Amino acid sequence: MAAPVSGVGNPGVRSSSLNSTSFQKKTRSKLLSIPGTRPSVQNGQLLVSTGVTSLDFLLGGGLAVGAVLLIEEDYYDSYSRMILKYFLAEGVVCQHELFVASAQDSPNDILQELPSPIMDDVAIPKPVEQPRLSSEPQDSLDTMKIAWRYQNLPKVQSTLTSSSRFGHYYDVSKTMEAEIRQAAKCHCFNLPDHPQQTTPSYSPTLESYSALLKSLQEVIQKEGFAVTASSGKSRNILRIGLHSLGSSLWGDDLCCCDNPKHTHALTTFLYGLRALLRSSLAVAVVTVPSHLIQNRALMGRIAKLSDTAIALESFKGSERETNPLYKDYHDVLLSRQAGGYSAATP
Amino acid sequence: MFAELNSILNTFPDKFSQEEFIIISERRCDASFLIHHFLSFYLRARCKVCFLGLVQSFSHYNAVSQRLGVNLVQAKEKGQLVFLEGLQESLDPTKGLQDLFQFVRSSCSGPSGPLGCTDRSGGPEEWGPPVLLVDDLGVLLSLGVSVGTVLDFSHYCRATVCSRLQGNVVMLLHCDEEEDDGDDEGAEQLLKGLTHQCSLTLHVQGLPTGYCRDIHGQMEVCWRRQQADEQHTLNKLFQYKVHDKGASFFARGTSSAFL
Repeated sequence: MAAPVSGVGNPGVRSSSLNSTSFQKKTRSKLLSIPGTRPSVQNGQLLVSTGVTSLDFLLGGGLAVGAVLLIEEDYYDSYSRMILKYFLAEGVVCQHELFVASAQDSPNDILQELPSPIMDDVAIPKPVEQPRLSSEPQDSLDTMKIAWRYQNLPKVQSTLTSSSRFGHYYDVSKTMEAEIRQAAKCHCFNLPDHPQQTTPSYSPTLESYSALLKSLQEVIQKEGFAVTASSGKSRNILRIGLHSLGSSLWGDDLCCCDNPKHTHALTTFLYGLRALLRSSLAVAVVTVPSHLIQNRALMGRIAKLSDTAIALESFKGSERETNPLYKDYHDVLLSRQAGGYSAATP
Repeated sequence: MFAELNSILNTFPDKFSQEEFIIISERRCDASFLIHHFLSFYLRARCKVCFLGLVQSFSHYNAVSQRLGVNLVQAKEKGQLVFLEGLQESLDPTKGLQDLFQFVRSSCSGPSGPLGCTDRSGGPEEWGPPVLLVDDLGVLLSLGVSVGTVLDFSHYCRATVCSRLQGNVVMLLHCDEEEDDGDDEGAEQLLKGLTHQCSLTLHVQGLPTGYCRDIHGQMEVCWRRQQADEQHTLNKLFQYKVHDKGASFFARGTSSAFL
C-alpha cells in the first residue's frame, strides 16, 4: 500500500531563473574572480593572458594586473604590432575593456585588424530574438518534449567556458568579425584629435604624454577600474595598448637626435603610468621603437621603469636571414627584464 | 633578513655599527632583494626606519616583507616605519629635492616622528637610531633631476642621519652600461660620487653570460673605512641565488648546482 504523497506540488515551472541548479562554485572571497584572469601559482597575484600562449609561459604564467609590458619594436614594426593585436584580441574574447592609443594610424584601424579567434565556444552575442507570437506553428517544433527542464537555458553554455579558459588561439589570416569586436567596449586616443599648444615653459614632460595620461586617468575613474572603487558592480580589467611611444609622431625627439631636448619626457610618462596602474585593475602593453634611440643608457632606464621588457629583432633584412640555425623562426625575442613585480625572485 | 648576509657583513640585529652609509649598486640585474633584507633587518633591530619607496607601491613591499617575516602595516601603525610612496606623491623635479629632504629630516629626528604619534598606552615608544632607506635614486634621475642635485641630497641626508643622529643610510642605485662617449649626466657619475662618500658598497651585477637558473648574479662587498676592531680591507666576492624567502650566498663556483 503506497501512502499518497502529498505536498510535492507541481514540478512544472519551479525555476523561473535561468540557472537550472542551485550549485554555486565556492570561490575564495579574498581573490576577485574576473573572467579572463587567473591567480599566479607563485604569489597568488591576478594574471592576464597576453594572447600568445608561449609568451605567457615566458612571462611566468601571464601578465600581472597592474603591470606594464614594454615591447622594443623590430625594424619594421611588424611583429610588435602583431603582439599588440593579439593582446587586444584576447581582451575582446575575454570581454575586457580596451584602451588603444596611437599617433600614427587611427586606433580604429588597429582594432579592425585584430586576428579572429579559433574556437567554438567563444561567446558570440546573438541578436536579440524577436518575441514570438503564440500562433506560429514553429513553436511546436522548438519546444522540447522530453528534456523540457532545459527549455529555458541558453543554447550554448558560453559564459562558463570563456571565463575558465586562459589564453586563446587565433587565426592571423582572418580578421575578427565585426560583431565580436563590437561587443567589447573600446576607448580610443588618437593623437591628431588632441591639438597641442606649444608652451614655451620648461616642463619635463610633453603635452602629448600628459594628455594621454589624463585621458587614461579619466577612463579609469569613470569606468570604475580603480582598485578602491566601490565593488557594487562586477569588476573588469582594462587592457591598455600604447603604440609606438617615443617616436617622433608623439612630438618626442628621442628617436631623432643624439642629445634630445626632451630626455625625460618618456621616462616621466612611464613613471606616471606605473603609478596609475598600481592602483587600478588594468594592464598595459607599450611598444617603443628602441632601434631608433641612440642613447643606450636612456633605453636602459626606460626598460627599468617597465615591469617586463622584451625586445624583438626580426630576421628580415639582417644577415641572420640566411643563417640556417634560425630557419624555423621569424625573429628573436630577447627577454630583457623578467618581471619581478610583487615577487622577490626574478 | 638573510642570515648568511648578516654573517658576511658582520652585522646582527642586536649588534650593528652605526653612522654607516651603505650604497647598493645594481647592474644588469635586480638588487631589490637587498633592500628587503635591510628593511627587515632594521625593523627587527627596533630602529626607526624612514623608507622612500620610489619604485614600487606599498603593497608590493608589504607582500615581500611578509614572506620575510616582518609586517610593514603594523610597523607603520606603531610609528616605527615612516613610508613615502613615491608613486602616489607627485614628485616635481623642477622644484628640487628640498621637500624630500625636509620629509626625511622630520621623520628621522625625534623618537616618535613629527606627528608625535603616541600609542594607546600613553607615551611614545622609544625606538633605536634612525635609518634611511632609499629605493632607487635612479628614478630621480629618470624624472629629470640633475646628478648634482641628487648628490647634494644624499650629502645632506648623510650629514643629518649619520653624523648628527648617529643613524644609518642605505641607498640603492641602478646603473647601466654606458657607452664610452657617454653623456655627462648619468648614473655612473652619481655612483662615483656616492662611492666616495660611503662606508660600505655592495656592487651587484648579473652574470656576464646571461641568465642562469641557479646563480642569479654576483655581489662584491667593499668596505671603504677601516673597521675599528677588525683590520680587514679586503673586498669579498660572492655569488647569490634569490629564493622566495631569502637569498643564499656562496663563493664563486661553489653553487649547489655544481657541487
